[in-house]
Amino acid sequence: MSDPKREGEAARKARRGRNIALAVGLFGFVVVVFLVTIARLGGHVADHGF
Amino acid sequence: MLKTAPDFAAPDRAAVPAAPARWQDYVALLKPRVMSLVVFTALCGLVCAATPMNPILAGVAVLCIAVGAGAAGALNMWYDADIDALMRRTRSRPIPAGRVQSADALALGVTLALFSVTLMGLAVNLVAAALLAFTIFFYAVVYTMWLKRTTPQNIVIGGLAGALPPAVGWAAASGAAPLNAWLLVAIIFVWTPPHFWALSLGARGDYERAGVPMLPVVRGEASTRRHILIYSLVLAPLGLTPVLTGLGGPLYLAVAALGGAGFAGLAARLARRKSERDAKALFGFSILYLALLFAALLVEHIAGVRPLDLIAGIAAR
Repeated sequence: MSDPKREGEAARKARRGRNIALAVGLFGFVVVVFLVTIARLGGHVADHGF
Repeated sequence: MLKTAPDFAAPDRAAVPAAPARWQDYVALLKPRVMSLVVFTALCGLVCAATPMNPILAGVAVLCIAVGAGAAGALNMWYDADIDALMRRTRSRPIPAGRVQSADALALGVTLALFSVTLMGLAVNLVAAALLAFTIFFYAVVYTMWLKRTTPQNIVIGGLAGALPPAVGWAAASGAAPLNAWLLVAIIFVWTPPHFWALSLGARGDYERAGVPMLPVVRGEASTRRHILIYSLVLAPLGLTPVLTGLGGPLYLAVAALGGAGFAGLAARLARRKSERDAKALFGFSILYLALLFAALLVEHIAGVRPLDLIAGIAAR
């Protein structure tokens, strides 16, 4: 691991960009799983006779 | 030339990054321009299947195909980093330029491949997932690791990987891949060699330097131009076949007939003259031809012009 204090501005900006992109990707994955769950289960739940 | 040992995490030129990797470098590994054509043709297959599908699941299917194509692109860039560094067209890619390490590209490719196939299997259906897995395998292993460095027929056979997305899209919607889906696959399969050879005519020196046995390097430019013409003459009538099966309607017929004639005409001109401009013109036209062909299908099917229904209606009168 490199010492963050010795990193240049460019490296810091690049890492921040990568972290944000990763966060967006992970959030997107959560949203996709949620939507797929709703889409796949929605009809079955509606069909279920209580 | 077979690459003997893939550089998983071995120290290499890329081990010490020349510049910090930006998130855009990881996006570049996914070959977004190739991905856009893959998504477009897959979407066309999905729509042409004419099977009612939950829009969320349709979106997820297209996402899986896009991510799967990106994974195959990352695996290709990982394996080909050594030859990419030798070619003008590819030496600024993230790995040969030293911005991304080989091992990172490999990890990204494998992760995204597993993600896309698993999600396709769980959310859509297993036929589409199996076809997607086969497509990634064919591009990354059969084409990249085997054919590309061993035979001038590399892009002929390897082109199947780029041709399969309409079948994956069709399977995602209907759970099956019937004849019409394979017609779309066949069109892209026959379109790929003249498209790539037109590009490789202008990059012969690059491929020679990298030891990639592309047709212009192994058989010469005259033979390549003849090959382009032969494939174009096969492609032009093949492009019309969806009309015979009822998949394409009048708009598609017009685009396929005019586009096919234009394609064959440009290929004939290239075969007569030794002009790099003609090769570039054919390369550009080939992209336009395929895009318009699939756009015509998409428009006809989205607009509700169902050729099969029209034929059935006329026959019933």
